[in-house]
Amino acid sequence: MRSRWSYVYFAFYLLLGVVLLFLNNDLSKAVITLMNVIIVLVPLIGTIFGVMYYYNSQEFTELLLAQPIKRSSIFLGQYLGVALSLSMSLILGLGIPFVFYGLFESSAIWDFSLLLITGTFLTLIFTALAFNIALSNENKIKGFGYAILLWLFLAVIYDGLFLMTLILFEDYPLDKVSLIGTMLNPIDLSRTLILLKLDISALLGYTGAVFKQFFGTSFGLIVSFVMLTIWVVMPVLRIVFKSKKKDF
Amino acid sequence: MKSITVFFIAIFIANISIAQTIEVCNTCPVSTLKEAITQSKDFDTIIVKKGTYKEHSIFIDKSLTIIGKNYPVIDGEKKGEIITIKADNVTVDGLFIINVGTSYTEDYAAIRVRNSKNFVIQNLVLENLFFGIYIEKSRDGKVYHNKIIGDAVEEYNSGNGIQLWYSKNVEIEHNYVEHVRDGIYLEFSDDCLIKNNISTLNVRYGLHFMFSNDDIYQDNTFENNGAGVAVMFSKRIKMYNNLFKENWGTASYGMLLKEINDAEIIGNIFEDNTIGINIEGSNRITYKHNNFSNNGWAIKVKGACYANTFTENNFLYNSFDIAYNSNVNDNVFDKNYWSNYTGYDLDKNGIGDIPYRPVKLFSYIVNRTPETIILLRSMFIDIIDFSEKVSPVFTPDDLLDNNPQIKKLTW
Amino acid sequence: MVTIENLHKKFGKNQVLSGIDLNISEGGIFAVLGPNGSGKTTLIKSVLGMVIPDKGNITVLGENIKKNSEYRHKIDYLPQIANFPSNLRVKELIKMIKDLRKPTNEDERLIELFRLEPFLDKKLGNLSGGTKQKVNLVLTFMFDSPLIILDEPTTGLDPISLIRLKDLIKAEKAKGKTVLITSHIMSFVEEISDEIVFILEGKIYFKGTIQKLKTKTNQPDFEHAIASILTDNHA
Repeated sequence: MRSRWSYVYFAFYLLLGVVLLFLNNDLSKAVITLMNVIIVLVPLIGTIFGVMYYYNSQEFTELLLAQPIKRSSIFLGQYLGVALSLSMSLILGLGIPFVFYGLFESSAIWDFSLLLITGTFLTLIFTALAFNIALSNENKIKGFGYAILLWLFLAVIYDGLFLMTLILFEDYPLDKVSLIGTMLNPIDLSRTLILLKLDISALLGYTGAVFKQFFGTSFGLIVSFVMLTIWVVMPVLRIVFKSKKKDF
Repeated sequence: MKSITVFFIAIFIANISIAQTIEVCNTCPVSTLKEAITQSKDFDTIIVKKGTYKEHSIFIDKSLTIIGKNYPVIDGEKKGEIITIKADNVTVDGLFIINVGTSYTEDYAAIRVRNSKNFVIQNLVLENLFFGIYIEKSRDGKVYHNKIIGDAVEEYNSGNGIQLWYSKNVEIEHNYVEHVRDGIYLEFSDDCLIKNNISTLNVRYGLHFMFSNDDIYQDNTFENNGAGVAVMFSKRIKMYNNLFKENWGTASYGMLLKEINDAEIIGNIFEDNTIGINIEGSNRITYKHNNFSNNGWAIKVKGACYANTFTENNFLYNSFDIAYNSNVNDNVFDKNYWSNYTGYDLDKNGIGDIPYRPVKLFSYIVNRTPETIILLRSMFIDIIDFSEKVSPVFTPDDLLDNNPQIKKLTW
Repeated sequence: MVTIENLHKKFGKNQVLSGIDLNISEGGIFAVLGPNGSGKTTLIKSVLGMVIPDKGNITVLGENIKKNSEYRHKIDYLPQIANFPSNLRVKELIKMIKDLRKPTNEDERLIELFRLEPFLDKKLGNLSGGTKQKVNLVLTFMFDSPLIILDEPTTGLDPISLIRLKDLIKAEKAKGKTVLITSHIMSFVEEISDEIVFILEGKIYFKGTIQKLKTKTNQPDFEHAIASILTDNHA
């Protein structure tokens, strides 16, 4: 179950990488397109796959539960199994075509590495969130529904609300608010990380001192990574916590 | 025949005896530059040998050639202006001039040329300065291969590297200027050529034009300045093959055009600037064969700008290609390459089949609420940009490139 | 062997177990009986630690099972519905479970006993319900643990396999092990169990030998005795 789907996922990324390079003939442009894909698709795939895996292996989980294994290790094992195989598919699937295309001689290598790191973080985060949803919902349909909703919310709706808030309160100093708003959404957070690489010129056009400190120094990079790590750790802790209390 | 030869030799010898050479060194009979100038006549050459000369307020009022051997140091000890030229046909070459006095009432310079013609200022190194080379009401001169290293931090108490004021036909070539207020500043100066200079790390502008017409600047590099080049209130300036790079910061740009008419901007590279070109109230400007890559905004248009044409430029991976602050457009965009173009080319003629719309709704939003920049490249923003693209409301609906190129242009 | 004190469990609003006290001594076969939804499986799962009780204590072989997984080394459990990961092969599954617990050779004898050799290389998803149940049995009996818990062991088994299962259970009993069974097949229970525990509405209604039950209910045979409990309580 696990392996078959991760092959599909791997093949998908391989294809994506090849097609992007074929269409663009240009590494830098492909990296930018890829960024959009990663920010939207990786969370979606992570969420759906996480939920699906959880529900599909429920019986197996029960089998394991009767064995002398700690609950936390069962669920963490499953989580890591899914998340890591997804991450590997992502890294290899995208990495291989780009390496063949001459990534190592290109200046885009740092952008690309950052992209893969961010993609991995997003996979870890969204698989963990998916497991949380699945753990809390016995009903598969409901679980899937919530998972899709979560993705839709974080990928699109959140930014819409965020934008409205910023425009509504434009008379107030907003730089802190906007940074905090970004921190609270892992997709935005990853996007910002990539912006730091791709659009630093534009970001530095803004006046706010907090912004400047955030984007102008390595401070932003560090804070973003710390936040991403927190975003991984929190849901994983909840998996452990929730799984300890759950009845099967 | 013989007598003629003798005559010429006689004249030659006579000339030598007239144009004599004076040597200056710390242990020579003539140990200061000032003394040498006092002893000299027109067309003499003064050779300054290696050493340190603590002098300032040196006036050159004769047509002299002053040559430094192995970079002698002229130390002004921060007491005021160091060299002032007030005669035609003066050449100053190979001096290391340091410690110009700073004043809030007078613009002390390391070397000033006033009311002179045919001057040559070359191979100088200037450090610890206020103003560097100040050309005032002079013409037909050359400022060649000088290195100016300032230590400016704030605008108000610093001077410019090379400044031209009411001067004409001056060539400024192969100079390196850093850490001053404006690297090169032209005010009321026409017909000048500024070529192959590097101006970097300056507090304000790399190059600054005010009320100067018919100047050419080409093959220069402007990197990491407060802003690259500001061209203001000037006409018919030609800007060719310059590099504008990493001019980062709030209201920072590769180039600022303000009230500029009939200029030509051709073959320049704008790279990693917050704003590539900031245009205000400028008309009839030709933009051609320029590369705009990785800028925050490639071009930001403010206020009324009419009849500008942007043809055959490359717009590569800029966060925003074009930003307008109004929805009126009288400028032409044609045959450019836009890396953000997502159309197709079914008839394979190298031109995209659907027009490209370089102004995004989001740039309008960012203009209004700058903090929203943080949402750049969000999927939500892509969606609203797309809907604006389909039916423009906030952005000029006739601002289109009808012939977007499919492949990056080379020339 | 197993001690349960004051066990309470609620699923949502549904009170499934309300104060169960049970002491299962070492050795012998115990059948847990009760109508559908009476809490049999919940009780068993509580012992296994799969269901976390709201209240109460459970000790297995002197160890409190709360926040503990080691004690499960001493339990063999046969789950009610044998649903295995469908793309695993039978062989792989057996090997995997062995890796999780401990090495044993007992599986070979059991595979032979249930005639599973032809299926070893098949994927679990392609097996019939009965065959799956046999695999399930192999997985359960291949470890030599002192406590064996069987949840509906007879499901889907053909008569021959059923006989073999009974023999197997009896053999385990002969080794002095404790066996806990739930089943709906009364004849099976009657034949095999030493003592029965009857659960009704989340409480233990009866615990004792079948003989005792018959005397108590005044019924000549086991099935009627059970039936009379149910009718009495619903009347």
